Amino acid sequence: MAEAEESPGDPGTASPRPLMRDLKAVGKKFMHVLYPRKSNTLLRDWDLWGPLILCVTLALMLQRDPADSEKDGGPHFAEVFVIVWFGAVTITLNSKLLGGNISFFQSLCVLGYCILPLTVAMLICRLVLLAGPGPVNFMVRLFVVIVMFAWSIVASTAFLADSQPPNRRALAVYPVFLFYFVISWMILTFTPQ
Amino acid sequence: MATTAAPTGGARNGAGPEWGGFEENIQGGGSAVIDMENMDDTSGSSFEDMGELHQRLREEEVDADADADAAAAEEEDGEFLGMKGFKGQLSRQVADQMWQAGKRQASRAFSLYANIDILRPYFDVEPAQVRSRLLESMIPIKMVNFPQKIAGELYGPLMLVFTLVAILLHGMKTSDTIIREGTLMGTAIGTCFGYWLGVSSFIYFLAYLCNAQITMLQMLALLGYGLFGHCIVLFITYNIHLHALFYLFWLLVGGLSTMRMVAVLVSRTVGPTQRLLLCGTLAALHMLFLLYLHFAYHKVVEGILDTLEGPNIPPIQRVPRDIPAMLPAARLPTTILNATAKAIAVTLQSH
Repeated sequence: MAEAEESPGDPGTASPRPLMRDLKAVGKKFMHVLYPRKSNTLLRDWDLWGPLILCVTLALMLQRDPADSEKDGGPHFAEVFVIVWFGAVTITLNSKLLGGNISFFQSLCVLGYCILPLTVAMLICRLVLLAGPGPVNFMVRLFVVIVMFAWSIVASTAFLADSQPPNRRALAVYPVFLFYFVISWMILTFTPQ
Repeated sequence: MATTAAPTGGARNGAGPEWGGFEENIQGGGSAVIDMENMDDTSGSSFEDMGELHQRLREEEVDADADADAAAAEEEDGEFLGMKGFKGQLSRQVADQMWQAGKRQASRAFSLYANIDILRPYFDVEPAQVRSRLLESMIPIKMVNFPQKIAGELYGPLMLVFTLVAILLHGMKTSDTIIREGTLMGTAIGTCFGYWLGVSSFIYFLAYLCNAQITMLQMLALLGYGLFGHCIVLFITYNIHLHALFYLFWLLVGGLSTMRMVAVLVSRTVGPTQRLLLCGTLAALHMLFLLYLHFAYHKVVEGILDTLEGPNIPPIQRVPRDIPAMLPAARLPTTILNATAKAIAVTLQSH
């Protein structure tokens, strides 16, 4: 990136430069989620690329082998996608109806980005599962998922809490808790066949 | 949107120039319309700003071009007899007008249906209120001569339905339910929301027939809070698999929340036959739903428990509900612990 920044509307340049800018923005927001501080970055410059990447990654990892239709209790790709996006939309509508002053897409952005710890938990669980099933295996996965679940909730609360009237924060945080609980449960009970 | 603000703006025009700025503020303040056309100032994504800027620049260019074209066309009209230029101008104007009209109609329809402000008064609650209503839903009140008050809010019931969905998912996973056509999540959501909305509508219809004084919103709120008892019972009994315990909780906790709903309905209905019909139906549906939720996902765990207990227990004691009765009292606590431990072992083994 030694060259000066071009105007974004310049059609003559190759695409890598705006792409790098976007990727850097997404990466910066990932860091904000991993080390949650009270900052406005996620809210000010919202984008939905990060949530999309995370959602697709999670759904791909949670997908069951399509040939394995006997134990069909696991989620399919579309199911995870639908759960994440409709869950986020429901929570956003709820927080707006409770009197929050956050915009629709800002809230979607925050909720989507805060799935990052759970995606990391899914990666760790898959690696741990390679070692074979067993009670120790389960305990390790349970511990990892619980820690990441708490991290997600803390991260999203740090961003969303300020947008709610102070006496109604608990009402706005409870559906977030349920949402991440359902995702954590899907991750914890995932068994590859 | 400007269309909703226009009547009030018109009414205020006579109030003087100091109120002139009020119309602009109406759109931004206090409205929760999902306004995807004009983003409010709180959302300032750089990507979106660039996109808007670009759009505006392009529009200005097009306008400038259109003006230049129109000017040029007019000059040409002046020169020739102008049939061609005139037609072009006319068609352009017609297209422009159609676009404006269509856009206006679409934005009006959008602001009418996508206006979530309709639901806002039903979410106007405080945490203390929700807590007290949750506790009150378990306490039946005997005063039936005077219509009892029902809080018309939707936050509590909606959250309880979602909680029930989460608990149901937990129960389905623990009992290794296999759903062949459909998904676990879809089944859980369909069951809970179907019950809440369907039974509310049905009881509301019966209430209409029986001349009971209750609105649809109140019925939704009443049944929603009645699910609190279900959540408690299922949360406990999905983790401690004992039939006797479940029946006890079913009668006690399920019974209490049903009695509460029945008392409220009785206080709002006149006539013994109507009261019997309405309250009998509600009580039957509510209690049977809890029974269904427990047993639909419990059978599989039973089968596995029986297999695990194996040769230690003689065949006559394989029926789980008889185990506590047939064992001596001293072994009861260990049996409960064993049952729970076995359930956990089942979960571990399946992972």
